[in-house]
Amino acid sequence: MTSKQIERRFNVLKTAVAILLSLGFALLVITFVSNEPVKAITAFIVGPFQKASRMSNIVEVMTPLLFTGTAICIMYQANQFSMIGEGAFLIGANLCTWVSITLQSMAGLPLLLICFVVAIMAGVASAMVPAILKVKFRANEVVSSIMMNYVLLKLSDYFFYYHFRDVPSGQQASYPIPTQIKLPKLIPGLRLHAGVLIGLAVCVVAYLFIYKTKWGYQVRMTGANINFAKYSGISVLGVALSTQLIGGAIAGLGGAVEILGRYDRFIWFGTQPGFGFDGVLVGVLAKNNPLLVPVAALFLAYMRTGADVMNRVSDVPIEFVDVVQGLIILFVAAEMFMAKYKHKLIVNNAKKQLEAKEAAN
Amino acid sequence: MELLSQIFDLLRTPAFAASVLRITTPILFAALGGIMARRCGILNLALEGSMLTAALFAVVASAFTKKAVLGGVSAAVADPALVTKATNAGMLAGFIVGTLAGVAMAMFLAYMAVGLKADAYLAGLAINTMATGGTVFILYLAAGEKGISSSLDSGSMPFIDIPVIKDIPVIGEIFSGQNMMTYFSWICVAVVYFILFKTATGLRIRAVGENPHAAESVGVNVKKVQYIALAFSGLFCGFAGISLSMSYVQFFSRGMSSGKGFIGMSAMNLGNASPVATAVAALLFGFFDAMANVMQTLSVPVQFVQAIPYAATLLGLVVFAIQSDNKVKKLKAKQDK
Repeated sequence: MTSKQIERRFNVLKTAVAILLSLGFALLVITFVSNEPVKAITAFIVGPFQKASRMSNIVEVMTPLLFTGTAICIMYQANQFSMIGEGAFLIGANLCTWVSITLQSMAGLPLLLICFVVAIMAGVASAMVPAILKVKFRANEVVSSIMMNYVLLKLSDYFFYYHFRDVPSGQQASYPIPTQIKLPKLIPGLRLHAGVLIGLAVCVVAYLFIYKTKWGYQVRMTGANINFAKYSGISVLGVALSTQLIGGAIAGLGGAVEILGRYDRFIWFGTQPGFGFDGVLVGVLAKNNPLLVPVAALFLAYMRTGADVMNRVSDVPIEFVDVVQGLIILFVAAEMFMAKYKHKLIVNNAKKQLEAKEAAN
Repeated sequence: MELLSQIFDLLRTPAFAASVLRITTPILFAALGGIMARRCGILNLALEGSMLTAALFAVVASAFTKKAVLGGVSAAVADPALVTKATNAGMLAGFIVGTLAGVAMAMFLAYMAVGLKADAYLAGLAINTMATGGTVFILYLAAGEKGISSSLDSGSMPFIDIPVIKDIPVIGEIFSGQNMMTYFSWICVAVVYFILFKTATGLRIRAVGENPHAAESVGVNVKKVQYIALAFSGLFCGFAGISLSMSYVQFFSRGMSSGKGFIGMSAMNLGNASPVATAVAALLFGFFDAMANVMQTLSVPVQFVQAIPYAATLLGLVVFAIQSDNKVKKLKAKQDK
């Protein structure tokens, strides 16, 4: 085995152990907390597959994660730890709603395209702030992007409250989004919408860009060793800027897809909806490879749906999923977790290779 | 113009000044926690989650202790002496457990980031995620509710009237009668300054933060120092949590930290991790927060006021960069001479 193969094998194993340990912890907690643990655990694990509507729900929950997860992958490939996905997603959805309501006299497809473009531009514009601060002023993009997320949340709240909230209807929601641009349902009778196809396409395109183009090579090189990249003539600042902007664009588009696919009205205000943070888990699980994002997103969506089912049929609140989600990130991110095992793998492999060499002599 | 004078009228009252001090308290504590972590070279993104967790545990410990001391007798009919005893015990328990919860969260972060070498940003964000859901989960177990702990009879830290000052007209209204945690937070600014700049531990923390390798080369145990610094960070997060749920309000509600941990982090950033400058920044952010509160009665978009702390931090980052660029230029010019 080459060291690359060992690395890959170890990563897969480590991720699997991390997931199993975290799920094990979840089951343990359920057992202690619930009065009817068997029922709760069954609902959690088997529940999502019991009805077609629930399986459709898994895919629905997965869809926004495809976007924010891919955004995280592209940025993390270049070691740009921007959290802007959260804010870009929100403002993308917000402006998409506003534009669609304002221009609702227009025909379907042109309006849909305008909505997407507006959401993408909004995402790029939001990502621009931490990106420029990083490139021009060397400001840490983690801090500035989190600050920017709050600014975007307030901006989104302002647009919502002062420009397109449906006050006469008495509910805390925007005016209804025009039906002619709602994304089509894929299967009659289920809520599953075409957004998932857009999401999968984004994953594939992102994969091709990162692994099959010159730009992608520059991105990966910058992430692997910034000094090497600099001295081989790669514009590392350009990479930092472009990855963050593209990340923002994808997240913004995700916001539009989510709102046009699943909702009749815009209803996110006051707190961040959290898709960007979920994207971090997806990106971490996918090891920053966009092609693995659907798998990671599917897993998270399955877990969410399971917890939702359990929440409804038993006495265990859904919130414990957040704890499991955090645990998985921690286990996967912890470099020293299973480090001894990795060491052993490498030593054994080296020994074997040495023996093979000696035998050949 | 009329609007400006309306705003000015609202801001001129002593009640408003008092509310600034009140609102600043958790922000200031969080900022102090941010300073301790940043000084040892770790950006503690888990401030938010840590203070939220501390707030919950303080309420739960306080309520259960109070109940245990009362021994099942309703507070309304119990002997007044017993009620006082129960209230005091609950207060003490809440304070201790809340503080410990804050420290425990920071130690968890330290174990992950320092011990297991996880990326400190990821670990911080993960801990926040866990705290957001975990607190609601525990609240449900303890109180049977998911939103607010109103069924728990928890206490508050004492409110203090300062003897002479309370009789001075305007100043008394502002500075006297605040919660103990408010006064305590300003004392803690001095404490942080003292720890960082007047003790050997503080020197080590700063050395590790500046350059861990250099510190290690002169025999400083880098990991140990980072654990200690983060423990302090957690301590202040604990205080921040207590000042959320056991001072001006006496309950826990889901997500009640509502970004205050991040505002604290902003204040720390704007103050460049210096205790005094950070405290001033925290006070400024408290002012804007309070202003957003009173402006809700006017027909002005409060969102813009609410966004000020975050926007100010973004601006601050730029100003710092330009400043340090100028410094470097000056040094270079000196060398060339």
